[in-house]
Amino acid sequence: MGKTLTEKVLGRKAGKDVQAGEVITVSPDTILSHDNSAAIIQEFRKLGVKKVKAPGKIVIVLDHIVPASEEKYAQNHKSIREFVAEQGIPHFFDINAGICHQVLPEQGFALPGKVIVGSDSHTPSYGALGAFATGIGRTETACTWATDEIWLRVPETMRIDLSGLFRAGVFAKDLSLKLIGDHGAEMANYKAVEFAGSAAGDLSVGARLTLANMSAEMGAKNGYFAPDAKTLKWLEGRARGPFVAASSDPDARFESILAYDLGALEPQVACPHTVDNVKPVTAVAGKPVDQVLIGTCTNGRLEDLEAAAAIFKGRKVHSSVRVLVIPASWEVYREALKSGALAVLADAGCVILNSGCGPCLGAHEGIMAAGEVCLSTSNRNFRGRMGHRDSEIYLASPATAAATAVAGKIADPREFA
Amino acid sequence: MSQGKVWKYGDNVNTDVIFPGRYTYQIMPPEEMAKHALEDLDPEFAAGARPGDVVVAGKNFGCGSSREQAAACLRGTGVQAVVARSFARIYFRNAINLGLAVLQCDEAVDALEKGDAVDLDLSRGEIRSAKGTFRFLPLPESVIGILEAGGLLEYTRKKLAKE
Repeated sequence: MGKTLTEKVLGRKAGKDVQAGEVITVSPDTILSHDNSAAIIQEFRKLGVKKVKAPGKIVIVLDHIVPASEEKYAQNHKSIREFVAEQGIPHFFDINAGICHQVLPEQGFALPGKVIVGSDSHTPSYGALGAFATGIGRTETACTWATDEIWLRVPETMRIDLSGLFRAGVFAKDLSLKLIGDHGAEMANYKAVEFAGSAAGDLSVGARLTLANMSAEMGAKNGYFAPDAKTLKWLEGRARGPFVAASSDPDARFESILAYDLGALEPQVACPHTVDNVKPVTAVAGKPVDQVLIGTCTNGRLEDLEAAAAIFKGRKVHSSVRVLVIPASWEVYREALKSGALAVLADAGCVILNSGCGPCLGAHEGIMAAGEVCLSTSNRNFRGRMGHRDSEIYLASPATAAATAVAGKIADPREFA
Repeated sequence: MSQGKVWKYGDNVNTDVIFPGRYTYQIMPPEEMAKHALEDLDPEFAAGARPGDVVVAGKNFGCGSSREQAAACLRGTGVQAVVARSFARIYFRNAINLGLAVLQCDEAVDALEKGDAVDLDLSRGEIRSAKGTFRFLPLPESVIGILEAGGLLEYTRKKLAKE
């Protein structure tokens, strides 16, 4: 019996042959945290040890509330900077880097065959590059800092075979929403999700990051693509050190297999207040919106901003809508400056904000009032997430977001080609 | 064994309604977090919950973010356990790591309604009520040591002290 990528990567770390269902203890390659490091530090202090065990494995990225919007957040950031200096943590990214899930790939930490744990639920994003990456809580992050060890149950794997090509106006985000809409928000609870099939190799690294990111909304422990030539090319000049890539054997055991034809998809929208409340855009077109958010760890990459710019070019943001654009990182920001995408967005009337999580988690930069409606390229539309409990969030692709911004109401991007 | 009453909710109770994101980057003690528990789902819960109460819900309880406050705030109210058809995986880990019992039992979810009085017996693996006695799936052995120590922090502290 062959092995899945997850079994191979975790087995190599555990130093033995492992299979789904087994509980193992491993020493991770990278331990990610962000602004919540302030709370993790408090837990770490309770453990009775002075030093983190492996400072070189810890990566801290300030991204959730950057720059600090209030004194208490400023204090959190300060305590993190002091801890980084005290512990000699070499990989610290301050407010001028971007969202952790974009920064770790760009900075060459997210590599094929690596085991990455992070105190953020969208940590599975790094599976886009063939890593095993999963989210953990604050307490276990603190304990992993101290011990350099974590227990993991080797997950069963669901494979999603992709074929065909996206038609114009349809993107990886639409596929992710379609999957979650069809199978529910716990479709892959506790499991690994492998994106495979003839079309997987055609998808850009950005599209793979979107899908691996959204595997968190399927309940997955990790979501991934087998590393290929495209992965290796993207990593050129980025990878920090060597890595050993792995892929699933042809006779590996998959708990279930789904098949999707990309060519049969149309733009999708997740309606309030769950990510699996998904409808084709045509079914919700015409719904007026107050705010549009283009960005986040799901859809704030260069290709996302360019997809939006293609629609905004020569058009204006509707007078009743506020549009917030947040490049996922400062690398993306600089690339989008050079490509001209940001100029198009600014000319159209979008507000371009600093790289970070922005209002996605409802802490700053575009909080919603009661009764307001936002269409967002982010990953969650739970009640109250972006502000008042009686505000509403619709999720869609950057192209649908741009079309909606121009129309002032939810709109089909295929009508703006 | 402990006694309490049931708070009943549906499927996919997510971490944003258990503990809203607008509070997540403020560091607060569990008793303060408890005041916001389930704020956006059931505004009556935080004031009405008493030690020993049990939250009963459908599938995928705790889906969404990795925020530990979603487990800590319930523990802060004195809630003994969450009984659900299934849990989102990070929530399951977080709850155990914080010493909050997370129990899977379809029969209890089918039968129990808001306000029902229940006795929870973790050692015997039973939930007793006027509607019957329900047995829940035993927790994996790998996590029992953590629960027995009172959570991962205490478990790790003891382990590090030995080294």
